[in-house]
Order: sequence, then structure tokens, then C-alpha cells
Amino acid sequence: MATNSVIEMKGVNKWYGQFHVLSDINLDVKEGEKIVVCGPSGSGKSTLIRCINRLEEHQKGDIVVHGVTLTNDVKNIEAIRREVGMVFQSFNLFPHLTILENLTLAPIWVKKMPKKDAEEIAMGLLKRVRIPEQANKYPGQLSGGQQQRVAIARALAMRPKIMLFDEPTSALDPEMVKEVLDVMIELAKEGMTMICVTHEMGFARAVADRVIFMDRGEIVEQNEPEEFFAHPKNERTKTFLGQILHHG
Amino acid sequence: MSDAMPTGERRQLAPPVDHTGVMGWMRRNLFSSWGNGITTIVLIAAVAWLLSGFLHWAVFTATFTAPNGQACRGHGACWALIHEKYRYIFFGSFPYQQHWRPLLAVLTMLAMLVSSADRRMWNGRLVVIWLVGTFITFLLMFGVLSFSISFFLTIALICGGIGMFARAGVGTAVEVNGWRAMAAIGAVGLVLRILDILPAWSLNIRAFDYVETGLWGGLPVTMILATYGLAFAFPYGILLALGRRSNLPLIKGLCVGFIELIRGVPLISLLIMASVMLPLFLPSGTTIDKFLRALVAVILFAGAYIAEIIRGGLQSLPKGQFEAADAMALSYPQKTILIILPQALRVVIPPLINTFIGFFKDTSLVLIIGIFDFLNTANQALVDPNWAGFPAEVYLFAAFVYFCFCFSMSRYSKYLEVELNKGTRR
Repeated sequence: MATNSVIEMKGVNKWYGQFHVLSDINLDVKEGEKIVVCGPSGSGKSTLIRCINRLEEHQKGDIVVHGVTLTNDVKNIEAIRREVGMVFQSFNLFPHLTILENLTLAPIWVKKMPKKDAEEIAMGLLKRVRIPEQANKYPGQLSGGQQQRVAIARALAMRPKIMLFDEPTSALDPEMVKEVLDVMIELAKEGMTMICVTHEMGFARAVADRVIFMDRGEIVEQNEPEEFFAHPKNERTKTFLGQILHHG
Repeated sequence: MSDAMPTGERRQLAPPVDHTGVMGWMRRNLFSSWGNGITTIVLIAAVAWLLSGFLHWAVFTATFTAPNGQACRGHGACWALIHEKYRYIFFGSFPYQQHWRPLLAVLTMLAMLVSSADRRMWNGRLVVIWLVGTFITFLLMFGVLSFSISFFLTIALICGGIGMFARAGVGTAVEVNGWRAMAAIGAVGLVLRILDILPAWSLNIRAFDYVETGLWGGLPVTMILATYGLAFAFPYGILLALGRRSNLPLIKGLCVGFIELIRGVPLISLLIMASVMLPLFLPSGTTIDKFLRALVAVILFAGAYIAEIIRGGLQSLPKGQFEAADAMALSYPQKTILIILPQALRVVIPPLINTFIGFFKDTSLVLIIGIFDFLNTANQALVDPNWAGFPAEVYLFAAFVYFCFCFSMSRYSKYLEVELNKGTRR
């Protein structure tokens, strides 16, 4: 495994008003590493990954992505966002654009790629997520699972170095979870650096290099998946795992 | 089931007879019960009675040609008045021999509006159509157009400026430098012109006899006020709405203040301010055409209302749309133009067209400051003592013309909604 860090978070803190959402987060992500973040709702896991591409602003500490320190400078933020793809819980496809237009928008406007090249790449990605036949439909005509796969392809169209997944399967009907996870697992096997907020413990076991458990804004425990599930050390981790694995 | 049908197949039966055809429809919708049947009959009778009374007055006993108002008395509607006065009602005090000019101007504007209505035309061609259409319209109306050198310099500055920012990082270096040079020429030229170093050259296009705006009247005035008022108010309203949602307190404050101020006063008071008070603040000697001042007042007023409607559309978008655009590194202008506005505007088409219709009719308030719009010329047609005493006919006629415009806008709104939502309905 390569050893250079692509994301470094040092002493990151964030407050919503008086509420301390993230406290003293230290996280180091190596190139090609796959990290699964879990924890009870409200524990700050989504906020954590949303700080990495500045969808949320952290108030204390440093975040360095690919050697670029995140500041208020718009150029800086855009440089980081170009390297970091994101997939949301609610897909957030653009409903007024076709699937193909959704995929080519950022390459054309941000990377100034010729339209033809962008479309070629987009069709390649749609084949990879197994829905090339939907290219000219609108998002509203697709099922949830298909939409989420399009969202993954859309993020990949920018050729990002890092992918962030914010509960990508939580809004899906159960029978569609697998088709999305399959795409994610494939992506992981190709060596993409991934941080994934999810409760899909099967996915964590299959691909994660490290599982992080967060509670009340802190990283409580982190370990390799085998060890994490077999021998959780912290009481809070044990309680949480007890709750979700019962049903899982 | 005793029927020996293979599983998975279903017998297709025709629907019951009384549910189809005209009789079926009437039975279901008009006479489904005693109460409904009686209501239907009473309403039909009432409508027929009103309609027959109106037709008796407007058609059967009406006078269509008459030498003067006297000949009309004692009969039904006096359409002879409209026949006699229609040219004044449509074109006001514009020189009588030259009425073909406002007529062509109206047709040009109509052609311009109809061609921009089609969605397939929404590209670069539209800009050309509007530039050419506007030029023809005003050349016909004024007869003489003079463009001062400051006008050209301002255009160069604005175009160069827009090109510089919009094409930065997109176009080739040569192209961007071209835009920069254009903006620089405009800026330097304007400064030189203000310092009186550049002489006051102007380009005069003399096509017909000059007709000043004071003589304009009727339909062209209403159409110019409405078309150009709304054409400028729309982008202006978009900017105000975006400004109101800005994170920068100063911009936000200015936009909120402006919107609240303008919305808080009647259009009439704004028109009077533009016509009476504005000249007091201007240095003596400079005059701004009354017509232009009224147009600016309409733009400011409509802009504030349009801004609030568009803000509603912006707020209706889920936060995820903004975040998704941000996450893919789109810049603010890209995000706004490509993602946010297309969706926000779609949502607000019905209230937007509603406002457009409202302002089309509200332009008639300019009669307060002595501009002869369509309703005002119709009103003036009644002043002739030979034809005194037939206001109903004139106002009905004016109402009919307004209705034609407003109803087309309403239908267009419907078309636009369907057209823009093709395939995107969830």
C-alpha cells in the first residue's frame, strides 16, 4: 500500500451555534485507502466528510487534501473539489438535465473538455455502472438504484482522486441496495481512495481497510474491520454494534 | 370461476354504454341527480338570457356605419364610433399620413415576440432577432435615430466587460485579449468624451420624418412599455432575487431595501416621481424623455415584483441541488446559470406570467403623467362632441384588445409549462 497521505485532518473542530458537532478530529487517509465511517445518527459522521470538500466549514484545525490546505479562498476550494467526488444520500441529480448531460456538465464547464470527449467518457462510465441505455432519459424516469448509480458515474466523470459517499444506500428500497453496493465494491477494487459513511456492515467487511466509529462528534474507535467487529474495545462501540448487527 | 379461461388471461369488455359518448358524458356530468339537473337547466337559462340581451344590443340592433353619433341614438351599440375612431385609438396623435409606421412597428414587435416564444429559438439567434427588431421598431417610431459616440463607447465597454469575465479561462488568449481591448477602448473613450477631448460625433440614420415621443400613442406605446419594460425588468429581477439571497450583507441589504421600498409604494406615485421629481434633481439643461422616464419607472417596479417571485422559485429548490453543484466544483455563475435558475424559473412560470399580464395592463397607468397609451387614446376618442355618449362601445373594444394579448400570454404560459417539463415530471 502506498504511504503518502491524501487527506490529513488535524485537530478539526466545528460548532453549530453552541453545539459542538466535531471535536478534535484527527484523521489521516492514505492513497488507495478505503475507510468506512459509522456511528449513531447525529454523531457528526456526515459533517466530517462534508468538511473535506467544504460543503461545511470547519472552524478550527487544518484539513489538507492532496497537499492543498483548505482555506476560505474560492480558488483553493474549487481546486480541492475538482479532486474529490461526492455521492449523496438523496442522489441530487439535476432533474432538468438528461442522464448524459448530468454526467458531462462538470467535465465540460469545469475541466473545459470538448463536448464529444466528455460524452465518450460519460458513456464509458454509464456502461461501467450498467445503465448505458438510460443515457437520454431524465433522472425522474429512473429508479432510485439507477439514480444513485448515475450519481456515482457523475462524480467519477471528473476523474477524482478521492470519492466521498454520504450514506449512499440509506434512501434506497432494500432490493436496490445491492446494485449500488456492487458498483462501489468494484470501484474499491480498482484502487480508488474512498471514505464512506454507511451502515452496510457487509460492505465494510468486504472492502474497508479501516472502520471508524464516531459518537458525539468524536472518533471513538478505529480499527481493521475484522478486529473492529470481532473485538470492539469501547463500550459505546459495543452498544452500537449490538444494535445494528441484531437487525443486520 | 366457471369460465374456462387460461390463467393469466383476462376478458376485455367494452365499458357500459351509458358511460361513453355525448349522452353518457351529459348524464354523468350535468344530470347525475335531480339537484344537478335543475342547477344545469337554471344556469343554461341564465346564460342564454344574458347572452341574448347582449347580442340584441351588440349585433342585432347595432349601428355599424353612421356619419356621426346622432345617427346612432335610439339603436343598440354604436360600432360606427369604433369604425370612425379606430385609427386614433390604435395610433394616437401620430401624424395621420404616417400611420403605417406605428402599424409596422406593432407588427415588428409582434413578430419578435412570437418568434421568441418558440423554445427552439432560444439560442444566439434570439439576440439577433431582438437587436434587429428593436432597431426597426424604434426607427419606424422615431423616423430618425441618432447614436452618439458615447452610446457606442458604452456598448463597447459593456460587451467587452461581459466577454472578459464570461470567457476568462474558456476562450483562447487572443479572444480574451480582444474582449479586454474592447472594454478598454470603451472605458478610455468614455473618459475622453466626458472630458470633452473627444468631439460629440454621432451617427444619424434618417429614414423618415422625425416624430417625437410626445406624439406617440395607442397600441405601440402600450406594447413598447410592456415589452421593453418586462424585457429589462426580468433580468433585473433575477439579479435582485440572487442579491437578496447573497451572503454578502451589503448586497443583500441593498436588494432587500430596494425591493421593500418599491413594493411599498403605488406604481402611480413612482410614475409621478419619475415625471415630476426626477427633473428637479437633474442638472438644469439635461432632460430625459418623459417616455423613457415612465419606462424606467415600470422597469424598477416590475423588477421588484419579479424578484420576489423568482426568490420563491429559488427557495423551492432542495438544498441538495446547490450542494451537488458545489461538490462538482462549479463556480457561482456556472452553478446559478446551469443548475439553479433553469429549475427555479420553471417552478415560477405561472406566477411570473401572472405578473407579466398584470403589468401589461398596469402600463395604462402612464396616462397619469400624460402619456397616451392604448387605454388613454380610447378614452380620448370619447372627447369628440360629435360622438359623445358611447363609452361602453369604446371600453368594450379596448377590453377586447387587452384580452387578446393577455389571453395569449396565459395560453403561452400553459404551453411553456408543458414544454419545459417534458420528461422531467416525477
